[in-house]
Amino acid sequence: MFLINCPYCGERDQQEFKAGGEAHIERPKQPTELSDDEWAEFLFMRKNIKGVQFERWNHAHGCRKWFNMVRDTSNDEIKAIYKMGEKPPTQ
Amino acid sequence: MIKNLRVKSSEYIDETNRISFKFNGKTYHGFKGDTLASALLANDVHLVGRSFKYHRPRGIMTSGSEEPNAIVQINPGTNRTEPNVRATEVEIYEGLEASSQNCWPSVEFDIGGINNFLSPFFPAGFYYKTFMWPASFWEKYEFFIRHSAGLGKSPTSSDPDIYDHRNIHCDVLVVGAGISGILAAKNAAKNNFKTLLVDEKNELGGSTIYENNEFNKIDNKTPSEWLKKEIEELKNIKNLEIKTRTSVAAYHQYNYLLARENLTDHLEAKDKTNKIRQRLLKIRAKKVILATGALERPLIFNNNDRPGIMLSSAVKKYSEFYGVACGNKNVFFTNNDSAYESALSLYNKGINVDAIIDIREQSESKIVKKIKEIGIKIYWSHSIVDTAGYKRLNSVSIMKLSNDGTSVTGSKISISCDCLGIAGGWTPAVHLYTQSGSKLKFDEEKQIFLPNQNTSEQISVGSCGGDFKIDEIIKNLNHKLKDNLNIKETDLDNIKVEIDQENSKRNIWLLPSDKPLGKTKPFVDYQNDATAKDIKLALREGFRSIEHVKRYTTTGMGTDQGKLGNMHALGIIADTAGVKMGELGTTTFRPPYTPLTFGTIVGRNVGKFFDIFRRTPINDWHVENKAEFENVGQWKRAWYYPINGETMHQAVQRESKAARESAGILDASTLGKIDIQGSDASEFLNRVYTNAWSKLAVGKCRYGLMLNEDGMVYDDGVTTRLGENHYIMTTTTGGAANVLGKLEDYLQTEWPELDVYLTSVTDHYATASLCGPNSKKILKKIIPDLDLSDENFPHMSFKDAHIGNIQCRIMRISFTGEHSYEINVQASYGKDLWEKCIEAGQEFNITPYGTETMHLLRAEKGFIIVGQDTDGTMTPIDLQMDWIVSKKKYDFIGKRSLYRSDTMREDRKQLVGLLTDDPNIVLEEGAQIVSELNQSPVEMLGHVTSSYFSPNLKKSIALAVVRGGKDMMGKKLFVPMENKNINVTIANPVFYDEKNERLNA
Repeated sequence: MFLINCPYCGERDQQEFKAGGEAHIERPKQPTELSDDEWAEFLFMRKNIKGVQFERWNHAHGCRKWFNMVRDTSNDEIKAIYKMGEKPPTQ
Repeated sequence: MIKNLRVKSSEYIDETNRISFKFNGKTYHGFKGDTLASALLANDVHLVGRSFKYHRPRGIMTSGSEEPNAIVQINPGTNRTEPNVRATEVEIYEGLEASSQNCWPSVEFDIGGINNFLSPFFPAGFYYKTFMWPASFWEKYEFFIRHSAGLGKSPTSSDPDIYDHRNIHCDVLVVGAGISGILAAKNAAKNNFKTLLVDEKNELGGSTIYENNEFNKIDNKTPSEWLKKEIEELKNIKNLEIKTRTSVAAYHQYNYLLARENLTDHLEAKDKTNKIRQRLLKIRAKKVILATGALERPLIFNNNDRPGIMLSSAVKKYSEFYGVACGNKNVFFTNNDSAYESALSLYNKGINVDAIIDIREQSESKIVKKIKEIGIKIYWSHSIVDTAGYKRLNSVSIMKLSNDGTSVTGSKISISCDCLGIAGGWTPAVHLYTQSGSKLKFDEEKQIFLPNQNTSEQISVGSCGGDFKIDEIIKNLNHKLKDNLNIKETDLDNIKVEIDQENSKRNIWLLPSDKPLGKTKPFVDYQNDATAKDIKLALREGFRSIEHVKRYTTTGMGTDQGKLGNMHALGIIADTAGVKMGELGTTTFRPPYTPLTFGTIVGRNVGKFFDIFRRTPINDWHVENKAEFENVGQWKRAWYYPINGETMHQAVQRESKAARESAGILDASTLGKIDIQGSDASEFLNRVYTNAWSKLAVGKCRYGLMLNEDGMVYDDGVTTRLGENHYIMTTTTGGAANVLGKLEDYLQTEWPELDVYLTSVTDHYATASLCGPNSKKILKKIIPDLDLSDENFPHMSFKDAHIGNIQCRIMRISFTGEHSYEINVQASYGKDLWEKCIEAGQEFNITPYGTETMHLLRAEKGFIIVGQDTDGTMTPIDLQMDWIVSKKKYDFIGKRSLYRSDTMREDRKQLVGLLTDDPNIVLEEGAQIVSELNQSPVEMLGHVTSSYFSPNLKKSIALAVVRGGKDMMGKKLFVPMENKNINVTIANPVFYDEKNERLNA
């Protein structure tokens, strides 16, 4: 059970949060311009890394805010948390 | 005759409080303070169970939670019965009953004991190898296996006890209240850390509390005397909470631990009532100090499992702590000095010790010298090669051990004894440590796994950290505490410790016998009857991974998780395969450390609290009017209202007719409602719904369909424009929370530039949906001053109005195809509104209807229910709802996916109407649809999604999804059922009032 430091509320138990998959996948601004393959790349393709992964999380049972998390999936160490729109930390 | 082996009073046993209890139907006596195990031993009862596979007689081996053999059923036949309880952990109370498990007809005479003689035919993997073929026989095998498998009996009636959960946040959690745990907790609390100290036993002090060895001194006192003083001082320390009878079951990441606090298991039945039996503590600690101690290892030799063979440390505890002699003729077998401490303890209590068999060549420690002085015979360099006695040990045979320890020589000596204490060294209890994700390393010199890489703020102190002697324990504890808690001074700085320094050990994982391994039974896992032979067989058969050997031989897979024998299993594998222990690694220790009751896990969430439920403000009226309810998400919704003993079918037919012929009323309060405000609200709706929203006039309503980004229908509902920048969206009952979450996601992450605010208002309003040709007249009676003409209040529009003083919002929208109104009021006025409608509707025979009738009425109109007629694979095109998909809008969620090659396929499953050729046959929802009957395998074209008998059409109607169904109008198909084939025809899904004339009737 993680202890997650919500950037808006502070440290809370994992059960207040919802995981939202891989972060930094931007919805294409002009979907109609895309080929089927390009659209499928956005729609379906997600990484599943053993190691450092960038993820979206939502404080679903709290402030309802979405934020990003850098997590090492091999040992569940949370390396960084930052707000939506902020640049991911470089190491 | 019952013998009494109570030797000398102990301060932990209250001999003024005599307690009677029953074991296997026979009455025995013990004292307050006894465990079931100590009380049975005091009555000279060793045989308490039968082993799992061979049904060999087994006795009490240990004095703690690691017990593999003495597993009993508590209070059999009652609703408080509990299987698989360790007799070593049960505190006796007046009226306690316990019985042996895994034996029939009795533990004394067990028919399954025949397995012992058949054991050559039950090698490792016996079940995997034998019951594989012929495959068709599996059902017969299963019957047999199920009857002979399983430990204990689960209760057959509901549990009368109360269970509870509690969240605890602390700075420091100390697990284990032996000497290390007590000192750690004391110093943490004194330094202003909010500290919690837990221990699974009922008394603090661990094994040091009965450590009266004259060769170890702390500040010139015996360890037990010194520790008692320390425990006394704990009472005056602030910031310290102590919980006994509390066992930590799991240690998860981020220092989140689960512990079970046992509150009433040691009380008599009359004192248990109305009290919380067990409490699950959910502990989040800033720092964790593990002081879980060490478990003594057995020795692995031929027939090492007879009743009367016990761990040496257990023999000592029974004598020192409980004042019980485990036998009249005691012998010890050891590879280190621990057995000498036990022997000395027995000697000091006046219990006879006949001999010590030591596989070492010599030891020069003070305690060994003392034992020599006393005159106890020591057999150096000897090993036990066999034991005798079926239901109780009566002798051991020993032989001289060769120098390399792989064989025995010389002649056999037989020693008569009824209790054998075995001491194979100590294994740090690192189970919780590894559960936390931390990594171990193998110490080749000490032959133990030790904590190495911590994943969270934690330290392992005392023997679980590899320190066994009191001087190293205190020195290293002091150092670790200062370091981890960042403190400068502790109580430990000036403690003077004297100890017996000798610490030699000779480690042989599998001791040799004069017989070959195939003819001996050296048990490694007592509970699962896995022997050294099984492990070697697994290696011969090619298993190398320790995890595979474990599963193949079932070593370590019992309820004790192999706490005693796992190290030996690893050692035997390493020796046989010629690899180092450190390279082999360990199997995974998983939670719980000791078994948890289901009650503890579920806590208060039982019965009506099992899951939360929601009721509408009108619920009381439904109950008073005898509605039947159904669960929709968490909501309890009125399903139908039977009168005069109607069946569900009869009630629904009556309600459906009434709604179309005169007037019906439905509680629609559960529909999800989201208040949408902001200057970009219209643009936002344009992006989330498939149809266009910019031109919707204030005061008008529109139906919308929401897709996922993959183009599949996600939710639907009517949204009303309340003001220029203000909308109220309705969602499906079950989808409300997910829709809000999804919309928030897009607003916050994809379109943060939009000025839009979302608020869930589902619970703020109660909604009565009034429908039928007389609904207008009824509404007119309630709100006489509202102009209900089609010009002023047309279909798909809304009005603010007042019913008396109650403000309400009325939408003229319809899910039934009838002229209807949805009246929304503040939730607290819901029942009042409902009753007003019922009263006003009396003269029109207004009929309350439930969800089932609602479903039937909408099916007559071919309206879909998201989640019933769709399943996450249906696009709006598949639903034949092309009309709602805007061609002009540049983008909306899921638009691009509607043009993928796959979603544009002509042969996708499409929603159609389905009519049975016989109008009286009602199809089963979920039934499969085919076009050919004489084909094998038959191709499935689709399935029925909704099906009813329509009282208004006087025939059966259904909705279905059928491959390429859009172009199959009028086509004859079949629905094959178990005993008949039903002929059906594809039809228009709008069965009733195709031209929508009734909306304005």
